[in-house]
Amino acid sequence: MAPDLRETTVDRRDPATVGGYAAPPERVGFFTDTSVCIGCKACEVACKEWNAVPEDGLNFTGMSYDNTGQLDANTWRHVAFVEQPRRLGRQESHLAPAGVPAELRRAAGGRTAVSLGMPGSAPPDGHVSTVPGMDFRWLMSSDVCKHCTHAACLDVCPTGSLFRTEFGTVVVQEDVCNGCGYCVPACPYGVIDKREDDGRVWKCTLCYDRLSVGQEPACAKSCPTDSIQFGELSELRSRAAARVSDLHDAGVTDARLYGADPYDGVGGTGAFFLLLDEPEVYGLPPDPVVTTRDLPAMWRRAGLAAAGLLVALVAVALPGARR
Amino acid sequence: MTHTDVRLDTAADLPVERDALIGSSGRPGRRQRGERLMVPRAEFRSYYGRPVLKPPTWEAADIGGYLFLGGLAGASSTLAATAELTGRPQLARGLKAGAAVALAGSLYSLVHDLGRPERFLNMLRVVKVTSPMSIGSWLLAGYGPLAVLAAGSAVTGRLPRLGRLGTLGAAVLGPAVASYTGALFADTAVPAWHQAYRELPVLFVGSAAASAGALGLLAAPGPEAAPARRAVLLGAATELAAARRMERRLGMVAEPMRQGLAGGLLRAGRLLSAGGALAVAVGGGPGGRARQRSGGGQAVTVAGAAAMLAGSICLRLGIFEAGVVSARDPKYTVEPQRQRLEARTGRRGRRP
Repeated sequence: MAPDLRETTVDRRDPATVGGYAAPPERVGFFTDTSVCIGCKACEVACKEWNAVPEDGLNFTGMSYDNTGQLDANTWRHVAFVEQPRRLGRQESHLAPAGVPAELRRAAGGRTAVSLGMPGSAPPDGHVSTVPGMDFRWLMSSDVCKHCTHAACLDVCPTGSLFRTEFGTVVVQEDVCNGCGYCVPACPYGVIDKREDDGRVWKCTLCYDRLSVGQEPACAKSCPTDSIQFGELSELRSRAAARVSDLHDAGVTDARLYGADPYDGVGGTGAFFLLLDEPEVYGLPPDPVVTTRDLPAMWRRAGLAAAGLLVALVAVALPGARR
Repeated sequence: MTHTDVRLDTAADLPVERDALIGSSGRPGRRQRGERLMVPRAEFRSYYGRPVLKPPTWEAADIGGYLFLGGLAGASSTLAATAELTGRPQLARGLKAGAAVALAGSLYSLVHDLGRPERFLNMLRVVKVTSPMSIGSWLLAGYGPLAVLAAGSAVTGRLPRLGRLGTLGAAVLGPAVASYTGALFADTAVPAWHQAYRELPVLFVGSAAASAGALGLLAAPGPEAAPARRAVLLGAATELAAARRMERRLGMVAEPMRQGLAGGLLRAGRLLSAGGALAVAVGGGPGGRARQRSGGGQAVTVAGAAAMLAGSICLRLGIFEAGVVSARDPKYTVEPQRQRLEARTGRRGRRP
C-alpha cells in the first residue's frame, strides 16, 4: 500500500492528537442548519466586528440579497441567497425544534401567546399550499471555512504558518505567513484567499481567541435562529442526524447533511451543513477531495520523471564521447 | 437579470422565464441554446455561476516564468555535467553559465511573487513532504549554491575541484528541480492541474530537456553540439507526446487547454517546439553539416533553438493559464465531481 501523506488517517482520526497534542480537548466545530437560516447576515457582521476583518467593497451584485459574493480573505462568513422556482416545501410549517422548552412554559405560567403583529411570510390565512402559483422558495445558507479533517491548505503550507489547533481547527499564523499563496488553489472549497494590500492569506479561525477562553465563536453567538450551532463535533453530528430525520419525517425529503461523513474526501469537516438542495446550488463542491490524497502518486511520477531526465541526458552525451 | 418570477399570478403576459436561474448567470461565453430555461439544467448547477475554487493568486509571468527558468536551469546543469564528462568543455561551460543565470531568474521570480518577499526565508522554517513547495524550496537551497559554484568555476577557471563538486552535485539535483514543479502544480484543487498529475512531471522534464538542449546549441553551436541537438529532439518528442496524452485523458477538463488564451499559447508552444525540433534536426543533418561550413546550417540550428526556447515558454504559460481558467469556471469543478459521486452512489452502501 502506498504511504499516506495526509496528516490524519482513518485509524487515528482525531486531528488534534495527530497534530501532536497529548491530551487535546474535544474537537469542536459548527453545525450550520440552513433550514432555519433567515439570511439576516448577523454572522457576517459579528465575524467582521470581532476579528477586525477589513471592509472589502460595498457592492451591489444583483444576486438576490447576496451582496457579499463569496468567502475570501476579508469575508469569513458568507450568507448565500438562492431563489428557486419551487414550492416552499413547507419550510415554515411547524418545523422548529419540537415544542417550547419546559422552563419557558413554566415561566409563562398558563398564559397564552399573543400576536405581536410581526410580519410573516405566510399568506394571511396561513395556508401556503392554497395560494396558486407560489412556486418560489429561498434557500439561505451561511458558509464558512470547513476546518477539514484532511486540510489541504495545512498540508501544502511550506512555512508551517497554517497549523492545527488543540481544538482540531485550522488557523493561519499571520506572523509566519510569507504570502506564497499555495494554500489558495489547494483549498477544495475556495475558502482561503490572499489579502491584496497585505500580501498574506486569511481565513476563519473559528474564533481561536474566543475558544481559548471558553467562549463560542462570534458568528454562532450572534445567530438569532441557531442556524449556526457551535459545539463538540461528535455531539453536533448526532444532533444533525436527528434534525435530518425530523425533516424527512415532516416531508422535507431534500434535507441532507454535507461534510458530516468522516469517510468523505476530506475526512469529514469540522464545520458541516444541513442543506435543502445539492451542494453546488450553494456554491459548494459536490464531492471535494483533499488534493494531497494523490500526493504519493504525484511524487512517484515526479521521481520517475527526474530519473528519466537524468538517464536521458547521460544517454544523449554518450555517443561520440572523447574520454 | 431583467425580471423575476416573483410576480402577480394574474399577469399572464409577463414572460415566465428568468435569467437569474441558478447556474445561468455570470458565465459569458456560454452557448445560449435558444431554449427557455423552464427547469434548471439537469446536469450542471452552480451558485450564480460563481467559481467554487479560488484561482491561484500567482502571477503568470512570475510562476509561469519560473516553471520555464527552473526547468531550463535544472536540465542544463545535468547536460553540462554529461557534456563535461564526455569531453565537451565548451558546451559544458555555456550550459553552466546559462543554468546560473536561469537560476537567478527563478529565484527572483519566486521571491517577487511572494506576498511578503522579505519573509522568503520562512520557506526554510520547516521540511514538509506534504508540500511540494517546501520540498522545492529545499531542493533549490541545495541546488542553487552548487550550480553557482559550477558556473563560477567554469567561467573563471578557478577552484577546479570545487567546480567539479558543484557540477556533479547540480547534475544530480537538477532533474529533481525540473520535475518537482509537476507535483507542485498537481497538488492543488485546480481541476486542469490536479487531474493532470500523471503527465505534468513528464511534460515538464521533456520541455526542460528540450530547452536545455536549445540553450546548449546557442552557447556552443560548433562541433560539440551533438548532445544538445539530441536533447532537443528527445525532449521535444517527450513533451509533445505527454501533452497529447494529457489532453486525451483529461476529457472535458482539458477544454481550457484548447480554448482561449491558454489554447492559443499551447498551440503556439506545440508549433514552435515541433518546428524548432525540425529545424534543429535539419541543421544538424548531413546536408546541414555541409552547409555548416558556409554558415547556413548554423543559422537554421540557431533559429530552431530559439523557437524551441520560445515554445517551452509558451507551454509553461499555457499550462498555467489553463489551470486558472479551469478554477474560475465552476463547470470544471462541479461536473467531474458530480460524475464521480454518481458513479459511486450507483453502488452505494459499502464504504472504504
